[in-house]
Amino acid sequence: MKLCDRLTVSYGDKLVLKDFSLSVPDRGITLLRGPSGCGKTTLLRVLAGLVPLTGGNLAVPPAQTAILFQEDRLLPWRTAAQQLSDVLPKERRGEVPALLELAELTGEEDRYPAQLSGGMGRRLALARCLALPARLYLLDEPFAGVDPPRAGRILDRLAGLDAPVLLVSHGEETVPRAARIVELDGPPLSIL
Amino acid sequence: MTPSTMGWAEPLKKVLRQLPAPVFWLGVWQLSAFLVDWRLEGRGNELLLPYPVSVLAALGELAREPSFWGNVGTTLLRVVLGLAAGYCLGAALAALTCRSRWCDRLLSPAIRVVRAAPVASFILLVLLWTGRDAVPAVIAALMVLPVVWDSLSQGIRAVDPKLLELGRAYRFSRGKLLTLLYLPSLRPYLLSALTTGAGLAWKSGVAAEVLCLPLPALGTQIYQTKYYLEIPELFAWTGVTVALSLLLEGLLRLGARRWTRGWPG
Repeated sequence: MKLCDRLTVSYGDKLVLKDFSLSVPDRGITLLRGPSGCGKTTLLRVLAGLVPLTGGNLAVPPAQTAILFQEDRLLPWRTAAQQLSDVLPKERRGEVPALLELAELTGEEDRYPAQLSGGMGRRLALARCLALPARLYLLDEPFAGVDPPRAGRILDRLAGLDAPVLLVSHGEETVPRAARIVELDGPPLSIL
Repeated sequence: MTPSTMGWAEPLKKVLRQLPAPVFWLGVWQLSAFLVDWRLEGRGNELLLPYPVSVLAALGELAREPSFWGNVGTTLLRVVLGLAAGYCLGAALAALTCRSRWCDRLLSPAIRVVRAAPVASFILLVLLWTGRDAVPAVIAALMVLPVVWDSLSQGIRAVDPKLLELGRAYRFSRGKLLTLLYLPSLRPYLLSALTTGAGLAWKSGVAAEVLCLPLPALGTQIYQTKYYLEIPELFAWTGVTVALSLLLEGLLRLGARRWTRGWPG
C-alpha cells in the first residue's frame, strides 16, 4: 500500500523531507527507526495533514488517518471512558470497554488523567487514537513509559488490526512484531 | 459523636470560623458611632454615623412595607438582566475579536473606550437615548461587557494549542470543540469574569437608579434617603444592596461549582 509519493516539506530554510516516498504492507505494523531529529515525527504529522506540503502527494487522505501524538494530550477534565466515547462515532460507543481492555485499562474508566500513572496515560492516549475510525494509524512512541511485557501484548493486538499501523519507536519489543522495518536517516528524511 | 451530630457539627464550625470578622467590624461601627455621639453630645449623630441598632430598626421598618420587596425585586431583575446581557455580549465579542484580526482592530478600541469612560457620562447619555426604566440594565451590561471581554479574550488566547491541534486531528465538531476544549479550558476565566461582573453590575446598576430615579427601584430609595436626610435608612438600603450582591455572587459560584462538579483541580 502506497502512503506517499515524492513528499517535500521544509520549515523555513530547513528541508525536512525531500522527494520522500513510502509504501507499507496492507496490514500489520511498519516500524520506522532512525536517529532523533531525522524527521520521523514530521513524516507522521505530514501524513496526518498537520504540516503543509511543499510538494508531493498523499495516497491516504489525512481525514482517514488517526495519529497518536508524541505527548498524551489527554483532556484533564474527562475520565478515561469519556476520552474514548468523545472520539468514537455514536453507533460505536459500546466499544469503550473493549478499547480499555485492549490498552489493559479495565477498571480505570472513571479515573481522570491526573489520577493515572505515566504509562497508563500513554495507553489511554493510544486507546483513544485507536477509537477513531481510520484507514491508517500513525503512532509516535506509543509505549513510552509502558513496561516491555505489556507493550508486547498490546503490539500483538495492534498487529491484528484491519488497517496498517505506522509506528515510530525506539523500543526493541516492536522489532519481532513488525511486518516491515524501515531504517531512516536525515534530515532530509531518507530510507537507508 | 453520633453520625447525626457530626452532620451539623461541620457547618456550625464553619459559621463559628467566619463569625469573628463581622463581629469585629460591627464593634468598630458601634464604637465609632458612640465616639461621634459623644463628640456631638447627642446633637445629630444619626445624621453622620447612626448606631447599628438604629439601622437595624430602620431596616425592620422598611421590610414591613410592601413596596420594599417591589423595590428590591425590580432592582434585582434589572441587575440580573444587565449582567446576563453584558456577559453574553462580552463573551461573543471575545470570541469574535480572537477569531478575526479585523474584528479585533475594529472592536477592541471601542470596548476599551467603554471601559475607560466615566459611568456617570454613560448614565446620562443612555438616559437621553432610552427610557429611565431601561437605563440601569443597559448601564450594568455596559460595565460588565469589557470585563468579560478582557477576561475571556485572555482565556481564549491561553487555550493549549496542542489540545486545539488534537481537536483538529481527531475531527472534533464545532460543538465538541466548544464543550470539550474551550469551555473547560476557560473555566477560571469564566468564573472570574462572572464574579467580578456581578459586583460591577450591582454598583453600576444602583448608581444608574440613583441618577435616573426609575420606579420602583432600590437606587431611587437611596436617593430619597439622601434628599430627606434619612441616614439610618440610607445605611439600611446600602446594606440590602450589599447583601443582594453577595447573595447573587454566592448563587453564581454555587451554579459554577455544580457545572464543574467532578472535575479535577
